[in-house]
Amino acid sequence: MLFSAAWSVFAKDLLSELRTRYALNAMLLFAASTAVAVSLGAQFLGTRRDDETFLLQSALLWIALLFAALNGLSRSFVQEEETRTALALRLATPPIAVYLGKLLFNLVLLLALDVVTSLLFMIFVRVQVENTGLFISLLAAGSLCLTTATTILAAIIAKASFKSALFAVVAFPLLIPPLIIVIQGTALALAGAPWVDGLLHLRTLLSYAVATFVTSLLLFGFVWEA
Amino acid sequence: MNNILRLDLHNIAANYGARRVLQQITLTLRQCETLVISGVNGSGKSTLLRLLSGLQQPASGTIHYHYQGTCYTPRQAMHLLGWVAPDLALYRELTGRENLRFFAAVRGLQRNDTQLDELLARVGLAGRGDDRVACYSSGMTHRLRYAYALLHDPPVLLLDEPTVTLDESGVAMVTRVVEMQRTFGITVIATNDVRELCFGDYVLTLDTA
Repeated sequence: MLFSAAWSVFAKDLLSELRTRYALNAMLLFAASTAVAVSLGAQFLGTRRDDETFLLQSALLWIALLFAALNGLSRSFVQEEETRTALALRLATPPIAVYLGKLLFNLVLLLALDVVTSLLFMIFVRVQVENTGLFISLLAAGSLCLTTATTILAAIIAKASFKSALFAVVAFPLLIPPLIIVIQGTALALAGAPWVDGLLHLRTLLSYAVATFVTSLLLFGFVWEA
Repeated sequence: MNNILRLDLHNIAANYGARRVLQQITLTLRQCETLVISGVNGSGKSTLLRLLSGLQQPASGTIHYHYQGTCYTPRQAMHLLGWVAPDLALYRELTGRENLRFFAAVRGLQRNDTQLDELLARVGLAGRGDDRVACYSSGMTHRLRYAYALLHDPPVLLLDEPTVTLDESGVAMVTRVVEMQRTFGITVIATNDVRELCFGDYVLTLDTA
C-alpha cells in the first residue's frame, strides 16, 4: 500500500511536470546555457588533457548540475504549497508515501538532467570520458546525494517565504561535502583512472545518500504535518 | 448501532499567535447526527473544522474519533474523514477523473473509470471528467471537491461553506449528500448561510467575544 501510494505520487508528479514543465524547462535551459557559455568562454578546456583540466571540467559539470538542480528540485514541494494542493495530499496520503514519491520524481528528473548535461558538455566543451562506467556510477551516486538532501530541504522550505533564497542558503552547507567528493571522483573518471581509484569516492557518496535518506524518513512526518 | 461511530471533543482551544479564537469547546457527536457551526467571520468555524480534520493542532484539549471499537486522533483518522472547503485545491493541470484516480490510488482504493464517472455524475460533473480542472468554473471545482471527499465513502464528512459558489442544482446536490450522510455517518458543517442551519440536528454558534 505504501509503495503503491508512493508510485502514484511519482506518476502524478511526472504527469503534472510533463504538462506544465515548471521544473524541466528551467533545469534544461540552465544546463544548456552553462554548457554553451563554458564552451565559448573557455575553449582551452576541450583541447588540454591534464589533471588540472579534468578537475576543471568536472567542477564545471557539477556546478551546472548543482544550479540546475537547485532551480528545479524544490518545485515538487513548493508547487504543492503554492497551489494549495498540499492540503488534499495531506488528507489522503501517508506522509512517507509522499516523501518517497517526491524523492523518486526528483531522482528521475536529475538523472535525466545528468544525461542531457553530460551530452552537452561532451559536445560543446569537448569533454572526453575515459572510464565510462565509473563516470556513470559517480553521476548516479552524486545525483542520489543531491536528491536525498534537496528533497527534504524542499519540504522544509516549501512553507517559508523567500523560498528560492532560503533553499540555496540551507542547501549550501549540506551539499558542499558530497560535491567536493563527486568532483574529485568525476575528474578521475575523465582521466581514465581504474575503478579501484574511484571506489572510495563512490562508497563515501553512497554512505552520505543512505544517511540523508534515513534521516529524511525519520524527519519527514514532522516536517509534512507541521 | 449508535455506538459504532462517535466524535468526542474535550475542552478544545485554538490560537493564532497570541489571539485565542476558540476555547472550551466540548461536545460529542454520534452516528447519524449533523452539527452545524455558525458564527460571524473570524469566529473560528473553519479553524474548528481544520482541527477536526487534523490539518491544525489545538492549543489545548483533545479530539477523538471512535469507530468500530477503535479510537483515532484526527491525524490517524484520514480514512474516516471527507473534507470539503473553499481552500481545498485539486490539481489544475490534471483532469477531474485523473484527480480522482490519483486520490483513489494513494488511499489504496480500487476504483475503475465507471465508478469514478458515477461519482462525478453524483456531484453533477457527468461528461466533464476528461476536462482539466483549470478549465472548470468555480462551481464545478467545488463540485469536484465533493467527489474528492466522497471518494472513500467516509463516515465523517466535514463541510466548510458547503454551498459557496454553487448554483441551485449544486445546492440540491449538497442537500442529497448531507441527507445520505445522515443515514450512516456524522456531518459537521461550518456556515454563515442561515439557509444551511436546517441541515443540523444541533447548532453551535461561535462568537468572537
